[in-house]
Amino acid sequence: MKLTNKELPQHMAKNSSTATRRTRSRLVKSKGRRSPLATIALIVIGLVTTGGAYALFSSTASAETQSSSAAANQSSVDAGKKLFAANCATCHGLSAEGVNGVAPSLYGVGAAAVSFQVGTGRMPLANQGPQAEQKPVQFTDAQVTAMADYIASLSPGPGIPAKKYLGGNDDAAEGAELFRVNCAMCHNVAGAGGALTEGKFAPALSGVSAEHIYEAMVTGPQNMPVFNDKNITPAQKADIITYLKYLDKNPSPGGIDLGNLGPVAEGLFIWIFGLGAVVGVTIWIAAKAN
Amino acid sequence: MTVTASRPVEAEVEPISSGGKFTTAAANYIDERTSISGLVKELGRKIFPDHWSFMLGEVALYSFIVILLSGTFLTFFFQPSMAEVVYHGSYVPLKGITMSAAYSSTLNISFDIRGGLLFRQVHHWAALLFIAAIGLHMLRVFFTGAFRKPREINWFIGFVLFVLAMAEGFTGYSLPDDLLSGNGLRIIDGLIKGIPVVGTWISYLLFGGEFPGNKLVAEFYSIHILLLPAILVAALGVHLLLMVVNKHTQFAGPGRTNDNVVGVPILPVFAAKAGGFFFVIFGVIVLIASLFTINPIWTYGPYDPSPISAGTQPDWYIGFADGALRLVPPGWEFVLWGHTWSFNMISVIIVLVVFLGLVAFYPFIEGWVTGDKREHHITDRPRNAPTRTAIGAAGVTFYAVLWAAASSDLMATHFKITLEGVIHTLQALLILGPIIAYHVTKRVCLALMKKDREIALHGYESGRIVRLPGGEYIEVHEQLSDYERWRLVSYEDYTPLMIRPNRQGKITGAERFRSSLSRWFFEDRISPITKGEIEQGGHH
Amino acid sequence: MAQHDDGGTNAAAGSAVEHSDLSDPGTAVVSSDAIQNPGLPPHRLRVTDIDPKKEKTAERNVYTLFYLSIVGSIFAVAAYVAFPITPGNTTSVRLNTLFLGLGIALGLLALGIGAIYWAKNLMRGDELTEMRHTTRGSDATRERAVEIFKEGNQESGFGRRSLIRNSLIGALLAFPLPGIVLFRDLAPAADPAKLLSHTMWKKGTRLTHDPSGAPIKASDVTLGSVFHVIPEGLIGREDALEQKAKAAVLVMRLEPDLLHASKGREKWNYNGIVAYSKICTHAGCPVALYEQQTHHLLCPCHSSTFDVEHECEVIFGPAKRPLPQLPITVDSEGYLIAQSDFHEPVGPSFWERS
Repeated sequence: MKLTNKELPQHMAKNSSTATRRTRSRLVKSKGRRSPLATIALIVIGLVTTGGAYALFSSTASAETQSSSAAANQSSVDAGKKLFAANCATCHGLSAEGVNGVAPSLYGVGAAAVSFQVGTGRMPLANQGPQAEQKPVQFTDAQVTAMADYIASLSPGPGIPAKKYLGGNDDAAEGAELFRVNCAMCHNVAGAGGALTEGKFAPALSGVSAEHIYEAMVTGPQNMPVFNDKNITPAQKADIITYLKYLDKNPSPGGIDLGNLGPVAEGLFIWIFGLGAVVGVTIWIAAKAN
Repeated sequence: MTVTASRPVEAEVEPISSGGKFTTAAANYIDERTSISGLVKELGRKIFPDHWSFMLGEVALYSFIVILLSGTFLTFFFQPSMAEVVYHGSYVPLKGITMSAAYSSTLNISFDIRGGLLFRQVHHWAALLFIAAIGLHMLRVFFTGAFRKPREINWFIGFVLFVLAMAEGFTGYSLPDDLLSGNGLRIIDGLIKGIPVVGTWISYLLFGGEFPGNKLVAEFYSIHILLLPAILVAALGVHLLLMVVNKHTQFAGPGRTNDNVVGVPILPVFAAKAGGFFFVIFGVIVLIASLFTINPIWTYGPYDPSPISAGTQPDWYIGFADGALRLVPPGWEFVLWGHTWSFNMISVIIVLVVFLGLVAFYPFIEGWVTGDKREHHITDRPRNAPTRTAIGAAGVTFYAVLWAAASSDLMATHFKITLEGVIHTLQALLILGPIIAYHVTKRVCLALMKKDREIALHGYESGRIVRLPGGEYIEVHEQLSDYERWRLVSYEDYTPLMIRPNRQGKITGAERFRSSLSRWFFEDRISPITKGEIEQGGHH
Repeated sequence: MAQHDDGGTNAAAGSAVEHSDLSDPGTAVVSSDAIQNPGLPPHRLRVTDIDPKKEKTAERNVYTLFYLSIVGSIFAVAAYVAFPITPGNTTSVRLNTLFLGLGIALGLLALGIGAIYWAKNLMRGDELTEMRHTTRGSDATRERAVEIFKEGNQESGFGRRSLIRNSLIGALLAFPLPGIVLFRDLAPAADPAKLLSHTMWKKGTRLTHDPSGAPIKASDVTLGSVFHVIPEGLIGREDALEQKAKAAVLVMRLEPDLLHASKGREKWNYNGIVAYSKICTHAGCPVALYEQQTHHLLCPCHSSTFDVEHECEVIFGPAKRPLPQLPITVDSEGYLIAQSDFHEPVGPSFWERS
């Protein structure tokens, strides 16, 4: 196991926030493909982090992320507060304290949770169901950032992951093994998703941005467990992301993958298309020629 | 004509031109040593009826040949060993991982040998097609009553082939020692352990110690490539031999009787069609294998008892067993007399054995009920045997529900319903589905028979309306030709059995049971029309 | 024996075979008034039988297909060389599989379709009739067979010399017995029931990460998280997989007041941290799907659901018994350790378990 230097806590500097975050979001949309911007961003972050970072190493093993309690600038927090009041306060309460039986308190959920929930369109919730589903994102990246800053300003929690973990160029083999042990039971070994109890489900992971994968691991959205940095270190999370990006980038060498649904899809295929084609041929053979 | 041993060949070759000299000499050479001309004389012009549904068994046979060919290729590269190795092959996301030699060599077949992945996929797709074709072939034979005397034994041999094919499939599926098949084996282990008295020991011996052990792959390999294929080929030989002895059945049709076979001769037409069909089947399988992934073991990872994937399912032909395990209601396990009775396993084994047993012995049961000792070479149209068809439909429904249950989790996610809801629905359907299917099918069959009877008597509705001189409008019915009518009226008609005392003047329990079965089978019946009815029908 | 030249004289689908047991129709109705088989309909000629031009076209189609098949096979050989596999490059594997496969498929399909097309359009197009015979041997044959058996019996005395016969049957029954015994050594000499009742866990064994084997501090296990755990010392063991198959554990932390510990098990958790066997009590799949809000564990194989709040009792699915709990505590350095082995066998039920 590699718990070596990648393991060291790493934090983004306080004020690297808004400006670089836009760049990041754009990068994220390009699904992990390395663009020159990503390299530049990585260098910038690397310099900033090594230069002036501080380690917040709580005994509860909270986050290997930017713990941005006081990190964001005040204007962003204010903007976020307004957006929150307009879009979220109905359920989560005017000051995000939560409403019993309706929506949880957002104290301590951190910027990562906001970025994940709002950034994937899961929040605001459209209607009550077994779980919040992914929808078209309703806010701009700046607005998401503002709300994240606001929530982060209320109480410390997992922040936005550092970019060096999101590059998708770490150890895919290590990531694959960790993925099989910690993730595959719900998300399927090829990331195709799977069923949970009472109508809940673990979503498919293909095409999900590296940032959102990381944020989901540290925040444990809905019924997903939290994988804190002591359970799966940030370097290991980067490995898992690398593996998932490997799957995205490398289509199955065997050909069309039938949704990666395993033997069920294969069985249906052979009955409907395989045997269908063969029966078609038998009918042609037995038919009288003109 | 009777001639001495070597004469016929010489007699036949006389007129052949000098160009055929070599062929002639070769044929003569072989016949003088094998008497093969007798075989050619017997079989060369044997007649084989031509119907698309008669080719499903061929599909299975040809898939099996493809499996043998592709499998032989795979054995040259596969290492049936569970010895631990560290992978240093080409597939990046598994580099440096500890795994068994079996898994590692399967990865090498897939990623380092040209055509290796293609032939792994050919082998697996062919296996799926093999068993599917057997299934469809069995359904054809069942629904057309082609299993009746003298073919009951051949049906049973076919059933044995079906079971052997499933066993071949399962042992082969387990060989790569990947996570998916390993968890499948784990379920088999759990199932075996649930067997009273001997279960623990069977599991212990099978796995060579505690699960997963280190010898299962080698064991299954011997079984998969040696033992089962040997039995399968032998049973297949008997199956085909009996088919030749009994000759093939044919559908009712003008000129086709119980005492003849109408069709094409083996040489040349049938041989060309069947030979060509083999290549088409092979081609279709290779085409599928070159376009579609099957069993991507590299994403599953090596077997490890701790991880598991969502959507862990067996290959389709074991699905009904897995589905049965999922549908067992909660709490079916008891401790009694100091031992654990795992009815959540035992009940599944019983249900599957009884179901398969009914399939295996159905021809004997039906033969006993009808008491019909005649040979049957004309197949039934399914509608003309309503009860049998309805039983078949019920059986298919039962199997289909079990089969569907194996994908309960996928149904839940893909149709956005709850997992629990899917299971509960399928539990209800397992009981209700066959009953509903039985009654609906029987009524549909009887209705179709009635319609056939109408058409045979009065002809088709032509759609032409004519006005009679009296002002009355009628639709003109077009009478059928004798050939068309024959298809509709030539079928077997059975009456329910009347209980009669035997020679000792007693009515036995078995006879009473047979009589009630017979009533169930033949209570609702529609007799074929007779000549008399047709003559009367003309006057309507 | 069957004597029909055509179907004209045969009533329904019944046979006219003379043997008494072969003509017993059982409960079938044999009607004397049944409609008669009209015989084979007239043969219809194909266009290739009538039109020499069409025949020529068909002939051309057939040999074109056969040539195409040769092209396909050669293409496959070319593809084998032209699309080599570059180690580590899955795209090269994809291309190799695809083009090799397409070439072979073309070679096979064109060959097969050509042959069938030939048979359908150019070989003789009418149907022939062959007579059937009853499957049973003729009376004379059967009589001779019975005679042979009788002679065999007489000449050997098989029926007469009962001692020889019975001892032969005994010997035949006994000879496979050594074969059955041979299978005992498939597995080592031990009592499987005993092996199934114990795992590697014992007092003081540290709980470690799966698969790294790094120990876990109690403080690492935060609310809502789940740890996949193996016992310390598992890695490197000869029987690592067998041990792991029994000893794999899930560790979760709940609010302590959510845990409904039964009497005697109150101390099995540590500040709300609980450890349960990961092996399903139904068929043995890893029950690894943890829902952190409902605190349910779901088995992906057969959907058995366990409630962590209530000592992992079964709330849905075919499993009967709750997942066994591993009693845990912490050592002086704050690492999670086992208090003992499981108090019952883990995994699927077995006969000797009770």
